[in-house]
Amino acid sequence: MFARPKNVRPDELLFRAGTGAFAVLLIAIVAAIAVILTSESQLSIRHFGWSFWQTDTWDPVAGEFGARPFIWGTLYSSILALIISTPIALGIAIFVSELAPGSLKRPLVFLTELLAAIPSIVYGLWGIFVLVPAVRQLETMTPEWLKTVPLFSGPPLGVGMLSAALILAIMVIPFSSSVAREVLKAVPQSQREGAYALGATRWEAIRMALFYARTGIVGAIMLGFGRALGETMAVTMVIGNSPQISASLYAPQYTMAAVLANEFAEATDDLYLHALVEIGLVLFVVTLIINFISRLFIWSMGRQKRPRPALATEPARSAA
Amino acid sequence: MNRDAWRRGLSHAVILLCGLSVLIALLPLALVLFYVVTQGITSLNLSFFTEMPKPVGEAGGGMANAIAGSLLVTLLGAIFAIPIGIMSGVYAAEYAGTRLSAAVRFAADTLNGVPSIVIGVFIYSVAVLPFRQFSALAGGLALGVMMIPLIMRTTEELLRLVPTTLREGALALGATRARAVFTVVVPAALPGILTGILLALARIAGETAPLLFTAFNNRFWSTDVRQPISTLTVQVFTYAIAPYEDWHRQAWAGALVLVTMVLVCSLLARVATARMEKLQRG
Repeated sequence: MFARPKNVRPDELLFRAGTGAFAVLLIAIVAAIAVILTSESQLSIRHFGWSFWQTDTWDPVAGEFGARPFIWGTLYSSILALIISTPIALGIAIFVSELAPGSLKRPLVFLTELLAAIPSIVYGLWGIFVLVPAVRQLETMTPEWLKTVPLFSGPPLGVGMLSAALILAIMVIPFSSSVAREVLKAVPQSQREGAYALGATRWEAIRMALFYARTGIVGAIMLGFGRALGETMAVTMVIGNSPQISASLYAPQYTMAAVLANEFAEATDDLYLHALVEIGLVLFVVTLIINFISRLFIWSMGRQKRPRPALATEPARSAA
Repeated sequence: MNRDAWRRGLSHAVILLCGLSVLIALLPLALVLFYVVTQGITSLNLSFFTEMPKPVGEAGGGMANAIAGSLLVTLLGAIFAIPIGIMSGVYAAEYAGTRLSAAVRFAADTLNGVPSIVIGVFIYSVAVLPFRQFSALAGGLALGVMMIPLIMRTTEELLRLVPTTLREGALALGATRARAVFTVVVPAALPGILTGILLALARIAGETAPLLFTAFNNRFWSTDVRQPISTLTVQVFTYAIAPYEDWHRQAWAGALVLVTMVLVCSLLARVATARMEKLQRG
């Protein structure tokens, strides 16, 4: 709004430099995470190369490190969690933004936010003592014919992939649903009115809105995926922490975040430590990419919604 | 006709499913709260807050050291994060549109998405490894790094909500930009910013993963920032995965304390934002 004056006053300069320095510091912290994780995993990267991600043996005593089971466990549990949570999160988003009466909206939003506010460790504790026994009960009831399916094979332990996926789904739902809700809010009312005017039923109008908001909704789901990948405590406590690759929902497995939580403090020799940091580095890079893409999707939705009516409430901003 | 009936039926079915999914999501919330309260309340007593952990096999004892440790580590985090968060938030709001403000916003969003365990690994590498020593300070740094983006974003958004007329009034009276921001704009947004900080503190105090190998754990009473320190969350974790009945009892009590803290802070924040909204409207 204001053109930048040619001769900036010294106090203005000081203010800008002073606050700007903290902004630079924040950026430096993020950069430092990338740099430090890379430099602290050099030994492992040099020593193992790509085979680190293609080997299944994780034997700190023998100095053999293969991270494939952890990648598998992280991806498998997160994808399962996504399959469970997506319909529910979308259902909540639709219910809150399209169906619920006004008086019900705020309490529902508050409750879903509460679901996100409960600490991971509390979910984990509840997982160990309530969810896992319940899942074990469920697993013992597996009918014989179903046990031949790889997905349901193995002894009913309770701890394992199924418990981890369930608890992850619970923890991811509030994130995806709140973003999906915001995205649906951004759909112009005229879209729905148009659908109704053409004689659409309520669901058909909602489907139009969903279609309109599709990029943002994919973004919301991906955001949840990013959360699930990095979730540590609750998963560590229920997944069984056994580095093996199995398709079975009943099998105890391991994730990248969980192996860091369990073994990092005990990593004595340098190669072991660097191998663990390399897992952290990959976790960092993967969540970075996923979050970036999901924000891009959500952001592109937000841009569609604003046809730029120059509102008087918009704060003045220099066009620099 | 038949087709219309099908369409209407489908619509009702979908609405029903949406309502059902709300119930499905609220069920675990209710279950978690129910178990934490019922299991925790029977184990929570005064000695939980005042006594030290007893050795294995001896019943009783409390988490006095862990509670103090959690407070200390969270405080250290806040001391580290609040200046960086607020000042970079001020920059992003004041100089929105500059390349640096876009970069800082991007960095904050990135940091917000970094898994907390990875932040723990980072702080271990910069604050534990060089000194060969787990410390409360390292734990505080880890929590601080997680807090920064939350505070920065809240500050920025709330500063933008302050009416432009306020700032223009101050500038018209001859205030410098710094003066206008720090004596008029920031104070106007302060209640909201404080609420945001409170929420960030509540969230961060419940973190476990970044503390596992920064603050580590300590069986003894410690307030030395250079020494490893026990925290409520790490203690709950240790007790939960141990095979002792009495420790499980205490873990539930710890969970109850954590959940109460988060609940109270969320409610306070909600009341505060509702009041702010009323003020802005009225």
